[in-house]
Amino acid sequence: MSVDTLNHSVLDLGAEPVRAVNRTLQAASGGAFTIRNPNGAHALACGLDAPVDITIAGHVGYYCAGMNKHASVTVEGNAGTGLAENIMSGTVRVTGDASQSAGATGHGGLVVIEGDASARCGISMKGVDIVVGGSVGHMSAFMAQSGTLAVLGDAGEALGDSIYEARLYVRGSVAGLGADCVEKGMRAEHVAELQALLTRAGYGDVDAATFRRYGSARQLYHFKVDNVGAY
Amino acid sequence: MTGSPKIPRTAPRKSATFDDITLSEIRRAAATGIYDIRGAGAKRALPHFDDLLFLGASISRYPLEGYRETCRTDVVLGDRFASKPIHLKIPITIAGMSFGSLSAQAKEALGRGASAMGTSTTTGDGGMTEEERGHSELLVYQYLPSRYGMNPDDLRRADAIEVVVGQGAKPGGGGMLLGQKISARVAGMRDLPEGIDQRSACRHPDWTGPDDLEIKIQELREITNWEKPIYVKVGASRPYYDVALAVKSGADVVVLDGMQGGTAATQDVFIEHVGIPILSAIRPAVAALQELDMHRKVQLVVSGGVRNGADVAKCLALGADAVSIGTAALVALGDNDPRWEADYNALGTTAGAYDDWHEGNDPAGITTQNPELAARLDPVAAGQRLANYLAVMTLECQTIARANGKSDVRNLEPEDLVALTIEAAAMARVPLAGTDWIPGPGGR
Repeated sequence: MSVDTLNHSVLDLGAEPVRAVNRTLQAASGGAFTIRNPNGAHALACGLDAPVDITIAGHVGYYCAGMNKHASVTVEGNAGTGLAENIMSGTVRVTGDASQSAGATGHGGLVVIEGDASARCGISMKGVDIVVGGSVGHMSAFMAQSGTLAVLGDAGEALGDSIYEARLYVRGSVAGLGADCVEKGMRAEHVAELQALLTRAGYGDVDAATFRRYGSARQLYHFKVDNVGAY
Repeated sequence: MTGSPKIPRTAPRKSATFDDITLSEIRRAAATGIYDIRGAGAKRALPHFDDLLFLGASISRYPLEGYRETCRTDVVLGDRFASKPIHLKIPITIAGMSFGSLSAQAKEALGRGASAMGTSTTTGDGGMTEEERGHSELLVYQYLPSRYGMNPDDLRRADAIEVVVGQGAKPGGGGMLLGQKISARVAGMRDLPEGIDQRSACRHPDWTGPDDLEIKIQELREITNWEKPIYVKVGASRPYYDVALAVKSGADVVVLDGMQGGTAATQDVFIEHVGIPILSAIRPAVAALQELDMHRKVQLVVSGGVRNGADVAKCLALGADAVSIGTAALVALGDNDPRWEADYNALGTTAGAYDDWHEGNDPAGITTQNPELAARLDPVAAGQRLANYLAVMTLECQTIARANGKSDVRNLEPEDLVALTIEAAAMARVPLAGTDWIPGPGGR
């Protein structure tokens, strides 16, 4: 471990295995770290439980910052499947694109993807806030339970399929809504809520009033044979 | 003459194909327009452990003294990669069952009974409760598609992690917990509105296939400092391939659940028609482990209709390292007890047949979130019943092992077994009794 010009402790995945790097990060109670040469490593910076500030200089593989608590993780590059899956708190930011299932099942915290997110972004989300600067792929927010997904670009097919109580905001087009997901009115409280989230995510200059809101019609909350065609 | 002789009539004959159960289901379906949902596992007659017999000792085999000579029952699970494997005193574990499907009292009772006997319990869909963590000395934390209640703190305070791919009652199926059981506490743990029907996904949200699973297991190990054994649970469908892929994915333990294994709530058609009996699944699973030189290195836990020590012994003889019980454990707690017969009758059923576990009206206070019904179950007394039952099963298994000359229950082997039916002989790959014939390719 060395120290860079930003006074970050530097961990080099070219010289250390993932286990050693994660062990160092998981043991830290605070401070700032830069991880060099990630080269698509999986499960990097996962299971953190302290307010550490981590910058990953390059692309990461699956499950980066998985189950994050308290930490702030920035990926300067693209992220593989399951970015910040099951995040509990803290912030995870990706400057590039994210693959499938970004923010999956997240319980809290903030995930920001400055580029595009692939399919199933926010699948089964349980309280996390996700902001995507670009577009999201199909089946995003599938079975989304709570939390907020804001998409500055477009959304793919079957957005919000089988959604519960999560709130979805999309500025661009929506290729199609999934079962039980409907467009809802954008009232003043929703504009305010979204504006605050955009500001928190670094998109304060984007006008929340230009988004449309989607959520649950709550017609599938109780199994009814009349709804069988919707399943 | 007193008139024409009376012509004998053929006795009224019911169809074997359209039997009473079938007829009643047709009428129910015709009246409601919806399939039947119920709890428990397959109820149809299936090739099972009763179709196998142990040979015991004879002139060519040397038995052990029943009350004097040691017959070990302990087993270590998860020592392939985990730095803190689980050490069980008996080869019988408690299968995953959720708080939500079961009352908090039932979960506590399972923990008490299992801990008294030195074995583990398992969480279910819905997260970990304080009752089960507090009363389970060894607790396996299930990692399910829904991820209800999943969090890294509980992951770290578990003793092992079980990645659930499927279960025997419904391989390829998700779950459904009807609104009657989504109490405020259950809803809170699952982050769902109270009283709605809760659907559980059938696929994991962030991995698909064995290559992804390998990375997922790596992540779980990284989060838990490579301490916890990682189990992979599959429903019995393609055991040879599933076990091989689980091993390839880095599992420490494979849990294989046959179609007799119970569920909290699933369509009857799914329970009865998808998956294979556990009897037919164990040998292919063991074959996969042996071919990979992983038998006994990756432990195999089997479940689905295990009822007594003979069943345990047969599973071990076929190559399993331990078994898991769910339905039988609930019965030991008090499920379907005839003492509640009047209540069962009021629900339109009878003790021994009650399986509407999803409706939350369990007279025994086990598969319910109704506080008044749940209060019927004394977790201390029920836990003691489970401990007694586990003790009996263990003694029975030891009895059989000693009779076959084994000083460790896991030394039982297929050579100790014969089958009563051709089907069982083919499935278990042991000879038909009185012959040396094992039907099927590779038999002799």
